[in-house]
Amino acid sequence: MKSVEEIKAAIEAAVPGAGVEIVPNPSPSGQHSLRLLPSHAVAVAYFLRDDEDLGLDFLSNLTGVDHLDKEIAEKVKVTRQVTKTVDGVEQTVDEVVEETRKHMEPGYLETVYHLFSMAKKHGPVVLRMRTVNRTDEVELPSVTPVWRSAEFQEREVFDLYGVVFTGHPDLRRLLMWPEFKDHPMRRDYKEPDDFEYEPTPHDTVLARAKDHKAAVAGQEGTGTGL
Amino acid sequence: MSGSLRDTNLEGWNRPPVIVPDGEGELLEVAMGPHHPSTHGVFRMDLALDGERVVRLKPVFGYLHRNHEQIGETVSYLAMMPYTDRLDYICSLTNNWAYALAVEKLVGQAVPERAEYIRVILAELTRIVNHASAIGFLIQEMGASGTPLMYAFREREKILDLFESLTGSRMMCNYMRFGGCRVDPSAAWLDATRKVVAGLPQFAHEFENLLMSNEIVMARCQGVGKLRPELAINAGVTGPMLRASGVNYDIRKVDHYGVYDRFKFRVPLGDHGDIYDRYMVRVLEIHESIGILEQALKEIPGGPVMDPKAKIRGFRPKPGEAYGRIEGPKGELGFYLISDGGNSPYRFRVRPPSLINLTVLEDMCLGHNVADVVLIFGSVDIVLGEVDR
Repeated sequence: MKSVEEIKAAIEAAVPGAGVEIVPNPSPSGQHSLRLLPSHAVAVAYFLRDDEDLGLDFLSNLTGVDHLDKEIAEKVKVTRQVTKTVDGVEQTVDEVVEETRKHMEPGYLETVYHLFSMAKKHGPVVLRMRTVNRTDEVELPSVTPVWRSAEFQEREVFDLYGVVFTGHPDLRRLLMWPEFKDHPMRRDYKEPDDFEYEPTPHDTVLARAKDHKAAVAGQEGTGTGL
Repeated sequence: MSGSLRDTNLEGWNRPPVIVPDGEGELLEVAMGPHHPSTHGVFRMDLALDGERVVRLKPVFGYLHRNHEQIGETVSYLAMMPYTDRLDYICSLTNNWAYALAVEKLVGQAVPERAEYIRVILAELTRIVNHASAIGFLIQEMGASGTPLMYAFREREKILDLFESLTGSRMMCNYMRFGGCRVDPSAAWLDATRKVVAGLPQFAHEFENLLMSNEIVMARCQGVGKLRPELAINAGVTGPMLRASGVNYDIRKVDHYGVYDRFKFRVPLGDHGDIYDRYMVRVLEIHESIGILEQALKEIPGGPVMDPKAKIRGFRPKPGEAYGRIEGPKGELGFYLISDGGNSPYRFRVRPPSLINLTVLEDMCLGHNVADVVLIFGSVDIVLGEVDR
């Protein structure tokens, strides 16, 4: 079995401009992954499957991961001009000040692929891909033409995360019903306030049941509350 | 049957219109399920039939969906263990093992030798339970109501009694922990297990002879629902279904997880990839499992069942990710975990063998009679708790 560095070199030799990036994994499992550019992913997938040394004919696991927008605080040293009174004379002096700057790192959806080889009996090779953002640019290329096992798993990721796989032959929701809005596995998902509460609510369920009853009473004007 | 469902003018019938082929006759759309007795739970297949022949089959999932993966991201690592019992509720102990293995990979946790042996014993007993039930259900779907299934369930009950006396529960065992097992089996339990295992070869032979050369079984199963090995590999089919198509891939042999490299066993392979081969591969796997059990029960060492260094309270893996997989009775059962250093996983993913084995259901059924769909579907051996999660 080749190391991730060797696989990266092999991919870049076979698919020019593939732009593969190694994502290290600090866990003791040592399963490092390779991040692909969506534009070259299908060509890379065909190469990984058909290459004689790698022969990754078995796509075992395909899944999505949601990464929310992150606020990152950075400490930056800034040089500022300050007016100071030195020896009774007002002067303009340069002063180095430390300042915390915050910026938003946009969130994205990620897909993860675990590949094995049934012919060579090795693996896993872990691949990843990212969408541009979480809202409107969520297209990624489908690998179903390369590995059929992606068919239902891509439908599941589309259903639960909202990644749109271009080139998938039958991209419909897999587990939720077709009329369902939203994507339940996203980390900022809020379930609609329409399910039944426990007959004897307690703790957090009690708090939610109270809110629910109050909202219903506000709407209809007949509720008795809890 | 005169006319198609199109003529009945059902309200709310908003599926795509029925395709009328170029030849004579119209296609009939049938929704098989969600309450069809052969679907092992709540599952629907939308069939398009040309006479008795299947020309399209679309599986519809989600009736048992409970967002298992999201539950995994809200509770702690240990609290997820009992939930894994509910995935494939016939094989809770192998589910436990797959999850424990993934977490052990994530944190680099070692497992004591005795615990590894107990895991092998319980996993192989689970495999026998699963395969016997699967064959029993398959024969039941062929029309032999009850009797063959009860043969399987008689043996299953003996094994479930063992599970109950060790773990406290027949089916929802919740037994494995990260770095070992929950309780140490007593010498009396091991003796009782040896006794049950000693009776299993007779059951396996009886079950095999009862059904193997049965004319109806042969007529209905041989040459039906064939699966080519190339398609099986490409579609990610695993477990007995893959091996019935002649692909030698058993994760116990490939990954050598646990202590499987210490046991001698063979991997049964099929030739034709039809229903009969899938059924025979399962029968032969029961024999091999009995062999593994005999070796494991003979060689089981003493010692602790939990790694004393294993962290239980305040279990927070360092950031990282791991994919752990085992050869479950139905195929490759994998768990993919991403930790961000918190006390619950950032991402918790189950790789369900039942769902992915169904990818090729349509390919296997096309061109066969609608009565064969029930058998082909039964030979895949799924549990809806795992398909829908």
